[in-house]
Amino acid sequence: MSNTKKADPAAAAELFILRDQVHEPMHDRFLWATMQRRDAQAAAIPEWEELRELASKIKEHTLTHLDHYLEEFEANATKRGAHIHWAIDAAEHNTIVHSILESHGVKELIKSKSMLQEECQMTPFLQNRGIKVIESDLGERIQQLDGQPPSHIVFPSIHKTRRDVAQLFARKIGTDPNNDDPHFLTEVMRNNARPRFLAAGAGMTGGNFAIAETGTFMVCTNEGNADIGASVPPLHIASIGIEKLVPRVEDMGVFLRLLARSAEGEPLTQYSSHFTGPRKGGELHIVLVDNGRSRRLGMPDFWHSLKCIRCGACMNTCPVYRRSGGLAYGATYSGPIGVILDPTFDEFKYSELPFHSTLCGSCTDVCPVKIDISDQIFKWRRVMAKKGYLPLVKRLAFAAAGRAFGHPEEFRLMEEAGGPALGYAPDFLLYNHSLNPWGRDRQLPQPAKKTFREWYLANRSEHGND
Amino acid sequence: MIFPVSATNGSATQKGLRVGLFIPCYIDMIFPEVGIATLQLLERFGLDVHFPLGQTCCGQPMSNSGDESNAAAAEHLFVENFAPFDYVVGPAGSCVKQVRCHFDAIEQTDDVRHVRQETYELVEFLHDILQVDSFPWAEFQHSVALHNSCSSIRGLGIAKPSEIMGAPFDKSAALLSKVRGLVLVPVDRPDDCCGFGGTFCVTDEAVSARMGLDKVHDHLRHGAEYVVSPDMSCLMHQQGIARRAGLDLKYVHVAQVLNGGPF
Repeated sequence: MSNTKKADPAAAAELFILRDQVHEPMHDRFLWATMQRRDAQAAAIPEWEELRELASKIKEHTLTHLDHYLEEFEANATKRGAHIHWAIDAAEHNTIVHSILESHGVKELIKSKSMLQEECQMTPFLQNRGIKVIESDLGERIQQLDGQPPSHIVFPSIHKTRRDVAQLFARKIGTDPNNDDPHFLTEVMRNNARPRFLAAGAGMTGGNFAIAETGTFMVCTNEGNADIGASVPPLHIASIGIEKLVPRVEDMGVFLRLLARSAEGEPLTQYSSHFTGPRKGGELHIVLVDNGRSRRLGMPDFWHSLKCIRCGACMNTCPVYRRSGGLAYGATYSGPIGVILDPTFDEFKYSELPFHSTLCGSCTDVCPVKIDISDQIFKWRRVMAKKGYLPLVKRLAFAAAGRAFGHPEEFRLMEEAGGPALGYAPDFLLYNHSLNPWGRDRQLPQPAKKTFREWYLANRSEHGND
Repeated sequence: MIFPVSATNGSATQKGLRVGLFIPCYIDMIFPEVGIATLQLLERFGLDVHFPLGQTCCGQPMSNSGDESNAAAAEHLFVENFAPFDYVVGPAGSCVKQVRCHFDAIEQTDDVRHVRQETYELVEFLHDILQVDSFPWAEFQHSVALHNSCSSIRGLGIAKPSEIMGAPFDKSAALLSKVRGLVLVPVDRPDDCCGFGGTFCVTDEAVSARMGLDKVHDHLRHGAEYVVSPDMSCLMHQQGIARRAGLDLKYVHVAQVLNGGPF
């Protein structure tokens, strides 16, 4: 058990909801609209469900032959002139990146969006060693200026209104705090970022897919920022999780059709760039990162989470995420995929996350690579209960309820003691009479005068001894 | 009390089958009229329906909280009570899903497998097993918003989830459309979770209440007078939200509508 404080998503989500009448409704509406675009895009492809199945199978195959494909990727990428590095964990990843930058005398770095670099906490590591790190993705840059991690893996600052952004830019860049026109704000950021691209000694990207047969990796963005970052500075470093492998170029015909449609309800990202070896006169380093992935691959109930292509559809469809905001999860990954990924990094710290779900199952049905997300959330709850991480009130109450539910006569006593006349339905749900959060926003159900059982005994007396 | 057996309905081969009536604990205590409606409705089709008096709860609250050891006793007792029946029918999607999909805390004996396989939620039992084609005794002159629970949609498959592509279907709507006078109103987010979620509704109160309020407004916006669902637990939550907010919506179980009461 780690000494870190538990993330408390329920309490943080409550703050998001109570903050005002603007943020949570906007967040919910925007992501719901994204889902509707996704549904329309998916519906326009007759073979959508086959594509999901195919994508799932390709990922399963790759993950169960990962050693083979990683070595094939390494050999082909090396042949094309890329330098391959292997990082067992976040610390090694960061050290490798730092040593490459140091050996090239790089003092300023421009990077595009990468959840893996976020997972490794790379930016603070480099900044503590005197290297300036600038995010070039608009949403990520907004979050960086605000000192916050991304709240969504595709839309990093989606929990902010444009008014929030106007005020942030006013504080950090000196613009008019009252001008919240999106075109203006985007232009401000563009002009602010441009000189940084020219000044940077290196560009960093992540990688959406790594293709074994060619040693190519793909980066999908809408702003083209990754492409400038990879093309202008002489040095390009890409961080890629080992689960990003696919065997063949033609597999991209499956994944690219699913990715942007699932992520944002668009047919394709604006830029789907292939990087095969360094560009002429440039240098390309690829850091292949494990950071717990091999261990996860060995977990029978949870290894399917490695199929994830980071589209964020599970977040958009999740009714709990839409009302919570991503920062409420207190972790690198939020939403349903975060609930099943984060505990693999720290079971105790993220032990409440699997309970921040209604188990509605929408995430499983929307997932383009058919990860059984909802079932994994359910299974993580079992893990947390077995480890003794369930909150004490719940543990004691369930132990008592468990006894009563196993013994009809005790159950009858409980029924009579609580009694429908007391209208104790809400307490009945928690099995704890000292707390009653039900009543904060809900009226109590009207009690029944007579239970069904009593009615049955009175009206079906011939069945009385069933 | 005697209820007429309709000869015009359902599959003749099903008559006389022994059906165990599974009345979830919260229905027994808070919504007995739903249990009565379910029993009377099943009796109309000539089935031999029994309510085993030893039943308690399916163990879902413990199981959903990851607590397998405390769920096991409830699961054992459930199987003991219902193993003797040809079918087990319950008017609650999430409880039926618990039995069918999550009775994993106990050894999988023949009895356990039989009970898991033959336990049906009321709508799917009427639609798939009895294949009911009319409810001549029922009339409901109201505009109705249908709320299929997440467990019913994504766990039991009583309607097509919006995320999955393919031909739409909805077994609850198909049954309700056979009720004289009833008008189903379309809503904006038919299968977005209402936020009940069992213990979630108290452990994650703020999010749960917000989801519930959004759901209530969706129903109101489209002119529904009644919200009808195969899951009373979702309705208990939504009703509590609507009452607190002073919003005028009525909540009844699909069994009450299909049986023509009691309300």
